Order: sequence, then structure tokens, then C-alpha cells
Amino acid sequence: MIPRPKPERFRLRRTMMFMNAQKPGLIKDAYIYGCDSIMLDLEDAVAENQKDAARFSLYHALKSVDYGGTEVIVRINGLDTPHWKEDIRVCVAGGADGIRIAKCESAQDVKTVEEAVEKAEEEFGAEKGRTLLMAALESPKGILNAYEICTASDRLFGVAISGGDFRKCMQTRFQPDGVDMLAARGQMLIAARAAGVQCFDTVFTDLDDAEGFEAEVRQNKAMGFDGKSLINPKQIRLVHQIFAPTEKEVIQAEKIVRAYQEQSRAGVGVFTVDGKMIDIAFIPGAERTLRLAKACNMYEGDLV
Amino acid sequence: MEILKPAAAGTLESSDAQVTVEPGENGIELDLTSSVMNQYGRQIKATVLETLERLEVRNARVTVVDKGALDCTLKARVECAVLRSCGRSAENIPWGGAIR
Repeated sequence: MIPRPKPERFRLRRTMMFMNAQKPGLIKDAYIYGCDSIMLDLEDAVAENQKDAARFSLYHALKSVDYGGTEVIVRINGLDTPHWKEDIRVCVAGGADGIRIAKCESAQDVKTVEEAVEKAEEEFGAEKGRTLLMAALESPKGILNAYEICTASDRLFGVAISGGDFRKCMQTRFQPDGVDMLAARGQMLIAARAAGVQCFDTVFTDLDDAEGFEAEVRQNKAMGFDGKSLINPKQIRLVHQIFAPTEKEVIQAEKIVRAYQEQSRAGVGVFTVDGKMIDIAFIPGAERTLRLAKACNMYEGDLV
Repeated sequence: MEILKPAAAGTLESSDAQVTVEPGENGIELDLTSSVMNQYGRQIKATVLETLERLEVRNARVTVVDKGALDCTLKARVECAVLRSCGRSAENIPWGGAIR
């Protein structure tokens, strides 16, 4: 049995890779790919008549595989299915770091899951509050209720949009420029930022379209996403590359934070760095860049 | 647990195992074939028997077709087949109890 440290609500999650919880051969190698999180799937990847079998595989995979620093999330079946309660029991009993709520549409959905998680933590003697939650928004209603979902629970670390179902609901299809989901992505990002939680983009399913994938990841980064759901290990490296700050950004951020510390000690609120006006509004962004740089092994200083 | 009806779990894919259980009367009758029989046959047999014992299965005919499954996969397949045969595989599983 491999003990896992207490999950951290706000950690780096650039890449969250789906894996079929039913396929033992896949799960055992999950940690070597270097993604920030893996999402073991009990939902769509598992056939209806194999839901029970997948849970047994999942339980032992959670208990016996060493995932190192990779976060382990489990995607459970929707609240409109007969499966989700047992899914939650096995996640908590196995010590998963977090649960991804599929087809989440309201704060009540989050609370329903939270209650079941709390009950399971009690049943299996897990620390109360240990199991984190994230919500997948897959419908127009989920997007419209994004803010209430984002603020529904202290366990919730973020929201993700799920493109397949959402596009179907909207009677549209994948568009290379992202216009099909622009409004939904935007609304979800605004809600997540207002609530102070993380925000993740959907999967890119055409593994042969490298250019399309890169364009989408660049747009994700430009829009302010924290990370992206992935379906294949070969997608990981590009996302990490694109989400990493540039060397120039790191140097600039370091200068800003350092100057701010010096200037505020001297009682100065607004000043210039390399000819640009800087005040307190720039500091959180600069600190975030440094934290990200640290995670990418690009910064070793002690400012963050 | 008493094996009430035939049940199976698992696949014949690489790294997996297919486990079938049927009612029996003469203790555990295990029929094992494995793609890694020479290296791991003994260990696979031990894992299957231990798992059956933990589930308190006393009488059963058990067929295991192993395709190089890890211990944890073998356990999962045996447990699922047994609980399916008792009609108890869908909910209120004793995680951490008989299943561990």
C-alpha cells in the first residue's frame, strides 16, 4: 500500500490526462508520462456492463501503484446514473486525491457529491475534507451556472469544460478558430476567476492534427486557462512548453517583485521598472509567473 | 461467500486476466493457464487462492486465463467474478475489508 500525501487544493495542473480505469495495463504506467494529473475514468470510457469491474481495478490501482507526484483524480459517473454513489465510495476508500463530477449543472450537484464524499470519508476513516472536487461543465445550463458551481464547496479546486457534449447541445461542431466554444470558455473563465478557482479546457481529440492542437493550446494560454484535459501522453510536452513562461517574462517578473518589495519598504506605491509603470496591481501576476517558472524548473530564487 | 451462479470478469487483453467462477462441491478446483506460467505460475496461483480465501469462498470451480496481469489486476478480476456470482458486485462493496 502506497501512502499518498494530503492533496493540495491549488497546485500546478497544466495537463490532466484521461485514462480508462478499466484497463489495468494503462494505469500501472500512468505516472511515467509526466503529466501533472491523471484522471482515471469510470464514466464514458467504461461500458455500462463493466462499471462494477472497473471499480475493483480502480481500487487496487489506487492502493498498489506509486504515482509519485502525479495527482490522481477519478471521473465518476453522472448523478443521473445508478453508479455515482458506489463510485464515490471506492474513490474515498482507495484514497484518490480528487473526484471529477461529470455533467455538473448546479451548485446543488456539487453539494450532493460533497455530502456523499463526507459520508464516505467517515465510513472509511479518511481525514475529513481530504478528497478534493472538480466539476465538468458539459451543458449550456452548466455554463450559465458556472459561478454558483465554482463557489459551491471549499473542496472544489476548479472547473473544466467538456467539449463533446457541449457542442452537441449547442448544435455546433469543432471549429479551428475556437469560435464554437468562445463564449462558453469565456464565461467559465470569468466565473472561475471571480470565485478564485482554477479553470481547464476540454480535450483535443484529433491526434493527427498537430497544428490544430498547438493553435488550441496557444489560445487556451492566451485566454488564461490553468491547463487542459488530454487524451494521449504525446500531447503533454507541447502543453507544458506553451504554458511555461518565457525567460524574458521570468526576468521581468523577478524584477517587478524585487522592486516592489524595496519600494514599499521605502513607502513608495507606484514606480517604474524598465520604463514601465508598476504598482500593486502587477504583483499577483508577477508572483504567479514566478511560481509557474519554479514549477517548470526555470526559477530557483526565494521570492515565491 | 457462496458461488451461486457462473460469473466471469476480465478480458484476454495483454496485462489482464479472465477469471470465471462456477459452483462446485469439492473445495477450490483451480484451472490456470498463463502466458507467463513458467516465471509466475506459482505466484499467480497463490494470489488467486489468497483472494478466494479472503472472500470466504470454500467451494468453486475457478478458471483463470492470465495474460501477464499484475497482482493487483488478478485480485480485482477474482473479486469481481465472485461478487458477480453472488449478485453483489454493484454496490456496498466492502472496500478495505474483504476487498483489499
